[in-house]
Amino acid sequence: MLFPPPSRPDVPPRVVVTGIGIVTPLGIGGAANAEGFRTGRRAFRPVTLFDVSRQRTRTAAEVDLRSALPPTSLTDRGTGRLERGARMLLIAAHEAWTEAGWAAADGPVAQVLGTTSGGMTLGQDFYRQAVLPPASDRGQARRVVHYQAQRQALDLADAFGFHGPVTVIANACASGANAIGHAAGLVRSGRARRVFAGGYDALSQLVFAGFDSLQALSPTTCRPFAADRDGLALGEGAAMLCLETLASAMHRGAGILGEVVGYGTATDVHHLTQPQPQGDAALTAMRAACAEARVAPEDIGYVNAHGTGTPANDVAEAHAITRWAGARAAALPVSSTKAGIGHLLGAAGAVEVAVCLMALRGQWLPPQTGEGAPDPACGFPLVREAREARFSHALTNSFGFGGANASLVLRRWT
Amino acid sequence: MDVSRVFIHGIGAVSPAGWGVAAMRDALDAGVPVPMVGLDRPCRAVPLSVRRVPAPEARPAFMAHPRLRRTSPITHFAIAAAIEAVGEDAAQIASGAMRLGIVFCAFGGCVGYSRRFYSEVLREPATASPMVFPETVFNAPASHLAAYFATTAVNYTVVGDQGEMVKALALAADWLLADRVDSCLVVASEEADWLTGDALRLLGRGAPLAEGAGAVCLRREPSSVELAAVTGPELFLAGHGRGPAARRMSAALGAVGDPGDLLVDGLAGGKADTAEAAAWEGWSGRRISPRQILGEGLGASSAWQVVVAADAIRRGVARRAVVSVVGSNEQAVGAELRAG
Repeated sequence: MLFPPPSRPDVPPRVVVTGIGIVTPLGIGGAANAEGFRTGRRAFRPVTLFDVSRQRTRTAAEVDLRSALPPTSLTDRGTGRLERGARMLLIAAHEAWTEAGWAAADGPVAQVLGTTSGGMTLGQDFYRQAVLPPASDRGQARRVVHYQAQRQALDLADAFGFHGPVTVIANACASGANAIGHAAGLVRSGRARRVFAGGYDALSQLVFAGFDSLQALSPTTCRPFAADRDGLALGEGAAMLCLETLASAMHRGAGILGEVVGYGTATDVHHLTQPQPQGDAALTAMRAACAEARVAPEDIGYVNAHGTGTPANDVAEAHAITRWAGARAAALPVSSTKAGIGHLLGAAGAVEVAVCLMALRGQWLPPQTGEGAPDPACGFPLVREAREARFSHALTNSFGFGGANASLVLRRWT
Repeated sequence: MDVSRVFIHGIGAVSPAGWGVAAMRDALDAGVPVPMVGLDRPCRAVPLSVRRVPAPEARPAFMAHPRLRRTSPITHFAIAAAIEAVGEDAAQIASGAMRLGIVFCAFGGCVGYSRRFYSEVLREPATASPMVFPETVFNAPASHLAAYFATTAVNYTVVGDQGEMVKALALAADWLLADRVDSCLVVASEEADWLTGDALRLLGRGAPLAEGAGAVCLRREPSSVELAAVTGPELFLAGHGRGPAARRMSAALGAVGDPGDLLVDGLAGGKADTAEAAAWEGWSGRRISPRQILGEGLGASSAWQVVVAADAIRRGVARRAVVSVVGSNEQAVGAELRAG
């Protein structure tokens, strides 16, 4: 039964991560991504997936998806039906599942995914065929079914043979962070012992043109927090995490990659697409995440900012981080990894959690390389060069259209 | 206040029968399917038959809110149903004295503006409207709901098939029991578009497309309707089809029931009903099938089912009501409501 819920444990269990899978424009898998994020590599190139010849901006960060999909329980036919976003999701899921050493026979696995557009490329195909004479239903039923995000979640369950409740959160650019935070809450509340959680989104023509229509895409170079920044860059990818109780991980003798200790949310009602200029909701989300984690800004060694590179977002977030950190701000390392891979929309929050966990394990700070003096609103230092650091906690922000704000606090496992 | 009980404090609906719960109740009591209208689609001579929400008699007052100027019907329906469900609590929410959480359930989503924007992109991307694009995003209606009620509390848009609305009741209950919010609105809304209608035809649901919204407002303080149970969703996984999933769901809720119980099922009158009809073939109580009167409103239909069940208990028509949803392509899930 989903309701009434099981009785809450007297002491909420600690939520640990035992598997991470990641696909970004920097590469496929943890090793390629850790190296890319550690050195601040940039992955932008001309868009090849669809026609951008009449767009204002013509670059993005595409994933090189030429490699074969990993073996799973999906049939060849089932695998062949996966669209681009679902393929990235499956690759990330396979890496995480394998690293965690999970087995479907060990009991239910709840699933929480974040996405903004699910199988959007199939939706586009459906529309183009529907308006093109002569009328034809050929392939359309398949597109309807596989366009929908719940189908992609069921595909994952079928691929690995597990069962358990599915939640798909579509909170715009905060979706991936919401998915991880919600998943941690399921474990902490005693609702689930294991949760497979993450986010995914593929580049699509509709979304690219949408951001371009808003003139939110940078016509030059994505430079988060730079005083002369002029917009964001889009990317694509996926990240999946295996979350479980500490007791479960210890019992299995699993390797522990880090801990999710805090999650905070807030809704910004200022405007559909623009944040409240002082970042009030962002501040509320960060404070709530830290309260749940029982940490103060002084305990945070790195902030992975939402940092899209748009004028309005970055200044609001800069104000929020500076207000939240107080005296700590002057020495608090902050960077936006979107400088290297662009904005992964529904995948962004999950990918950035994965980046924080990799940085915590490796004790390095992800730099955002690129030119530009920082915006005066930044009361904190930006991480500009690859460097090592000793820190135990990281905070990551995700803020989306519609005022969806989410922050997470991650702890290093020692 | 019991630490583990959750109650329904308000209900709201917009349906092809009209604006408000009363209009929907009257249509269901009359038992006559709402008339259909034609909806043109490209490349096809025969229009789709759909059940649309009638135009309101007067421009709704909520449309004066600056956030709602450019919104599409999915948001209008959601706001109207939510206002009815929230009722007099709106003032407390706006003052900050009551934290209102929002769960918005999407199946078709903001399809009207999505279609319009993509057609603009294909025609000439350089002039595609920046006013339209933000309204295509799944969580746009949820954002507008938050802005309208001036609530900054937790707000999720969840995507899934028709079962999402029922599942979302449990999510809202979790937030209430964890004291994240004082009140939680659960809303499902859909707008009719030829694109959705064509998709529904291909899914073989069997009922004409409909549009509208349903909303319930949950709190921990006692009321006349208690949320007694939400089943674990039974997923349509490989080798585990709709039939077994529907049977497990009905078994969890008591597939027979008592003569005084009310079953609000999801039967629409087509081939897709087989699994659900078989799962409840032994039901001994009364039953009602809102889809047969109102049409297939996707997520909104399931919201109407929940509203109908709560309304029946509120009015003393039943002391226990069961909602059954066997969705298009994800899950079978049900809920039980009882007199509080």
